[in-house]
Amino acid sequence: MKLFEYQAKEVFARYGIPVPRGTVITQPGEVDNLSLKYPVVLKAQVLVGGRGKAGGIKIAGSPQEARAHAEAILGMTIKGERVRALLVAEAVDIEKEYYLAFTVDRSARRVVAVASEAGGVDIEEVARATPEKIVKAPVDPYLGFQPFQARALGRRLGLTGRTLTEFAGIAYSLYRLLREEDAELAEINPLALTNGRLVAIDAKLILDDNAAYRHPDRPADQEMTELERMAKEHDLSYVELDGDIAIIGNGAGLVMSTLDMVAHFGGRPANFLDVGGGASTEAMKQALAIATRKPGVRALFVNIFGGITRCDDIARGIVENRPSVPMVVRLTGTNEEEGRAILEAQGIRAFTDPVEAAREAVQLCAGRVQEVRHGHPR
Amino acid sequence: MAILVDEQTRVLVQGITGYQGEFHTRQMLAFGTKVVAGTSPGKGGSTVHGVPVFDTVEEAVKETGATASCIFVPARGAKDAALEAIASGLDPVVIITEHIPVHDAIEIVAYARQKGVHVVGPNGPGLASAGRCKIGIMPNHLFQQGKVGVVSRSGTLTYEIVAALTRAGLGETTAVGLGGDPVVGMTFVEVLELFESDPETQAVVLIGEIGGSAEEEAAEYIARRFTKPVVAYIAGRTAPPGKRMGHAGAVISGTEGTAQSKIEALRAAGVAVADLPSDVPGLLQEILGSSGNS
Repeated sequence: MKLFEYQAKEVFARYGIPVPRGTVITQPGEVDNLSLKYPVVLKAQVLVGGRGKAGGIKIAGSPQEARAHAEAILGMTIKGERVRALLVAEAVDIEKEYYLAFTVDRSARRVVAVASEAGGVDIEEVARATPEKIVKAPVDPYLGFQPFQARALGRRLGLTGRTLTEFAGIAYSLYRLLREEDAELAEINPLALTNGRLVAIDAKLILDDNAAYRHPDRPADQEMTELERMAKEHDLSYVELDGDIAIIGNGAGLVMSTLDMVAHFGGRPANFLDVGGGASTEAMKQALAIATRKPGVRALFVNIFGGITRCDDIARGIVENRPSVPMVVRLTGTNEEEGRAILEAQGIRAFTDPVEAAREAVQLCAGRVQEVRHGHPR
Repeated sequence: MAILVDEQTRVLVQGITGYQGEFHTRQMLAFGTKVVAGTSPGKGGSTVHGVPVFDTVEEAVKETGATASCIFVPARGAKDAALEAIASGLDPVVIITEHIPVHDAIEIVAYARQKGVHVVGPNGPGLASAGRCKIGIMPNHLFQQGKVGVVSRSGTLTYEIVAALTRAGLGETTAVGLGGDPVVGMTFVEVLELFESDPETQAVVLIGEIGGSAEEEAAEYIARRFTKPVVAYIAGRTAPPGKRMGHAGAVISGTEGTAQSKIEALRAAGVAVADLPSDVPGLLQEILGSSGNS
């Protein structure tokens, strides 16, 4: 789960990492009651990247100007995400921008500290153009990230004096935060030198959803759509996409490959939905309800390879909550005969071959588009 | 031969008294796996399907000579269970459990490395050497002893492809499910190294998916060292960036982890990459057929 900048900065502040003074507002009128020193920066609170380029960050020298900017930004939509909150923070004079992050290095299978003297820009770009400007330090999970390692990292950036000790303090705290809050990424970009002090101008935190049970006070995930939230409540893995063929399958890899097959034959998947291993009839009924609820869905493709999941359980789910959109079912594996019989009793034919089934689903959806165009919806 | 597990492997099931542990112990026994012990703290002295249950791994190993572990313990207790298995020197340690926090997985993998133990998973289906030994949850009926090694980040998709290999008469040596999490124990490269030195394995199927760079690293290894033919399939060509597609590890971050990057890297390494999972056996037969005639 990704946090908004203001939420991440609240966490940073708890760990003693300096952030500029600021307040979150949701109404332009709130600008008038802020006790901040001008100029201020107004920053759209969205989870997508590239808000600066989209006009979601503005500087204001006076309350009047701030209010005008607030009115413009609140209610803006950036890359499909509506701006519901603004962080208003005191602007600072930036002498130099650094980059500092702790992240999970999947290949090394451990946490790695990443720092750079080229902060304030996209770090992936720095890594491509000037890799020599990035320094990394792998972290032993049992040793942790000790203050001496933090100082060594700072020295590799060429830091000296008070900046070095401040940097080391911030790096030490940021690793502690990553571990104690169970984050996958804790990033400061830029970490700015301003009036001789280091301050986290921006903050990015991605929390590990699997560790949510250790953190009952975490805020709710803002990134999920309503259907995604509904699916999560039922332990289903659902991702909304922008096509018109709803997809249900069992197992993440199988469902991903099902989307790819549909696309291969020219179809557009409306979603990813994994009912999981050993899915029950009840889970299948929920999955059907969620997958067909998205507006614009014209057809449904169910692709099941029964292993622990039993085909008869799935078939019962289908007949007990038969969707109103045209449907193609592919069913094979454990208890296949029983499953097939249950479907056939209701006039539903099940495919064995996933490729044939995918092709049929795409054709069915295309036909449905034709029908609608000609004014004869089924 | 086969890799990692065979007729000699003596399996301990951690979390054997739970619903999953009990069910899959029965399935493993039916496969022919020597399940010799189980653990469930506080339930030592009981049995599950005739398998003796112990309170600790240490006792179980001492009493039964268990050599490998299969973990069904729920996520909250999984790190402790895995460390307990590694501390007793069990190898491989196969973690089926889903939803283990990533920092727990990092600690498990670090300790395993220090002890020289192979960890398979977490969040995977386990592994099976056809006709010899299965540890985990792969369906029994799919396998047929043969010549193809399978290594995969997926569960069900692996079953789909293993079933197709069996239907095509190719059969399998060992199928290894690496797990769908961002941090897992064994990698493609480590499994490929074992397949390279296994005389029975004549070709390998590699099943990857979006997220991370494990497939790119495998491609680099294949180009440099691997002498057997490889056919690959990569899931997630149509996945949007930033979204986790079911598996915690299946996510494109920024420009890293796309299916396209993996497919290009593998093709550049001389690997035949299938467009559809069902194309895999045909591609293998073409390659094996032509090399078999020479």
